[in-house]
Amino acid sequence: MFNIADYFNIPPYSIANAKKRELFLEVMAHLHEIHYEGSLEYRRIIDATWNPVNSNMEIEDYPMLPVRLFKEYDLMSLDEEQIIKTMTSSGTSGQRVSKIFLDKYTAINQTKVLTKILSSFLGTKRLPMLVADTKAVLKNRNIHSARGAGIIGFSMLGYDLTYALNEDMSLNEHALFSFIEKHGDGPVLIFGFTFMIWQYFLEALKKHPRLNLNNGIMIHGGGWKKLLDQEVDNPTFKRIVFERIGVPKVYNYYGMVEQTGSIYMECEKGYLHASIYSDIIVRSHKNFASLKYQNRGLIQLISMLPTSYPGHSILTEDIGEILGEDDCGCGRLGKYFIVHGRVKNAEIRGCSDTFS
Amino acid sequence: MAELKTLKSEDVVIRFPKYTNQVKYVVGNLDKFQKHVMEPYSILACDFLHALSKTILHDIEAKQYPDVVSFGYWCRRGNVDSLRKKYNEKNIRLGRGIIFHIAPSNVPVNFAFSFAFSLLSGNSNIVRIPSKAFPQVEIICRIITEVILQAKYNSLAESNLFISYERDDAITAHYSKECDGRIVWGGSQTINSIRKLKIPERSIEVTFADRYSFCVINASELMQCDDTSFDRIVSRFYNDTYLMDQNACSSPHFVLWISEEKIISDVSSLFWSKLAALVQEKYEMEPVMAVDKLTLLYQSVIDQDEINNVDQYGNALYVLSLSSISENLDTLRGLYGHFYQYRTTNINILSQFINQSYQTMTYYGVEKKILVDFVKRNKISGIDRIVPIGSALDISIIWDGYDLVRTLSRIIEIL
Repeated sequence: MFNIADYFNIPPYSIANAKKRELFLEVMAHLHEIHYEGSLEYRRIIDATWNPVNSNMEIEDYPMLPVRLFKEYDLMSLDEEQIIKTMTSSGTSGQRVSKIFLDKYTAINQTKVLTKILSSFLGTKRLPMLVADTKAVLKNRNIHSARGAGIIGFSMLGYDLTYALNEDMSLNEHALFSFIEKHGDGPVLIFGFTFMIWQYFLEALKKHPRLNLNNGIMIHGGGWKKLLDQEVDNPTFKRIVFERIGVPKVYNYYGMVEQTGSIYMECEKGYLHASIYSDIIVRSHKNFASLKYQNRGLIQLISMLPTSYPGHSILTEDIGEILGEDDCGCGRLGKYFIVHGRVKNAEIRGCSDTFS
Repeated sequence: MAELKTLKSEDVVIRFPKYTNQVKYVVGNLDKFQKHVMEPYSILACDFLHALSKTILHDIEAKQYPDVVSFGYWCRRGNVDSLRKKYNEKNIRLGRGIIFHIAPSNVPVNFAFSFAFSLLSGNSNIVRIPSKAFPQVEIICRIITEVILQAKYNSLAESNLFISYERDDAITAHYSKECDGRIVWGGSQTINSIRKLKIPERSIEVTFADRYSFCVINASELMQCDDTSFDRIVSRFYNDTYLMDQNACSSPHFVLWISEEKIISDVSSLFWSKLAALVQEKYEMEPVMAVDKLTLLYQSVIDQDEINNVDQYGNALYVLSLSSISENLDTLRGLYGHFYQYRTTNINILSQFINQSYQTMTYYGVEKKILVDFVKRNKISGIDRIVPIGSALDISIIWDGYDLVRTLSRIIEIL
């Protein structure tokens, strides 16, 4: 019987192909059953649309939920009383946000898995941590935005947590420079959301002399959409980080609020990696068939974590490409991939929604 | 009809604020704009449309777009003449004046039809073209400019404006204030927000709101078809739906199969699998559409109890069978090839559910007298068009239940 606790003491990039497949077949069957029993919506979808033909099920044969369903419904797989916190995606006002319902078990496992993955990059020793954001995102303790949840999750790995931005997103020079004075020579962790780091942190530091955080490590995530609009790609981002603050190690991560915890970290070679806690499938948009490696398609993400809501297998709105498995130059086992960006909005024809 | 007096300009020069920065004058000149009215089907308007038709149908660029071609084809003399003959009006009529058209932003050619209908009704026009940059819009505007600048159409050049602007209530309000009629194409939200902007007391408004359409197929008749005709029906159904991403008001969302259960079962599965094959061959599905479509499918099965079977033909086609139909039928909507179906032996079961939101019923294999009887006997409160499969998207001068020429002109009673 699958128990996630059995995997907390295994290095996060240590299970190769055949064994990983076997593991995730077990994970899928297990979580599928939990959510089928627990979530009315999930059950209705399965009953109406899922007709597995094979008796030998593959991971690819299990259903996946498009992420937008988490915006349209309150999806949960247990009684409402067991929910201890609700996370939301960061949407601009007026947009619908995803709502993710966590019980204690899922919430704790998220933190454990996130810590396991990150310590394999940062070491197990806690580091002084600089957050390239404002403390104001944490204001409401019951409802966590993806930004707030990210900060709280990552803060487990740091101490002397310092917020580099004021509430109005201007640079908090006092906080920043006292942090540097105290910790600037040693290893530090700098965490933030890709866009926030670029738009507010690095931008404000333009007019300052270069900082020399040569032992720093930066971890950032949250998506490239806004940066790609400004034609800023990952290499450019890394170059500017190095130019302005001297941090040589910059790791991007990829993940969804629907699967907080089991994030996909970028390795030294610049590729994103599935850990033992997650898996990735790339599918054709023509028939959702899973594609061979090195083909572009829609990204499906699988995580061992979600038990309180049916988010273990989700269809994202991102286009990506798996490059290979177990043979990345960085030495980590598991599938490694790149994300090419969000699917383009279609110019929908027809006459239903018009005047704009 | 047709001995024509193009009435002299009333010498009304309308002064609109220019909004130089926000409004682009695509065709026509605001400084020279004057209100002209004509009788419906004036020789001038008919000649102009004919010239427009000839130019479009000979234009290399225009010929690449079927929707532009079908507009060009609609404007040809033969078609307009036959409409004129059918028009058969005893009263003296004149255009109402200036018609302000707000075209849908996501259908390229409707602005042109809206203009043509109103021109034939005898009006001056201010047409807000779609704000999205469609090549079709550019081509049609280019050709309209080319034709309208010929000396003989001088009065039309002075009395028709095509403009483009991003959504802006202040600008819409200004054109609304001076118009004798306003035509709005759009969803209910658009229509309601434009309705807040006043038009003069005597002015009329025609709205083409979001509608619901469906299809009725007599399975026993379809069963009799040989392969070629069967394929032709499937291809027509494809044209009614996928050509506009199943998102046009007149594209069906729901198919009512009439016949014995066994026959329906055989014929409908053949129909859908042929359709799926055609879709795979012809339809360009983008990744975002596949995601939207799967999301809609899952929402449908979560929300709707009456779905008792779902057939997925890859991502090309989803068919959802209903165990019963009720008042909410018009909320069951598809997109990119997502259809609901229901089996029955009698078309009349539909009548109790049909409300004002129903627009087009396409049909195959149903006798016309049964259709007439269906409408008359049930005194249905919706459905404006009943047309054969394949004609759902054919726009016509009678649209959404309006006889547009009569609506956009006024009667002068002389006793």
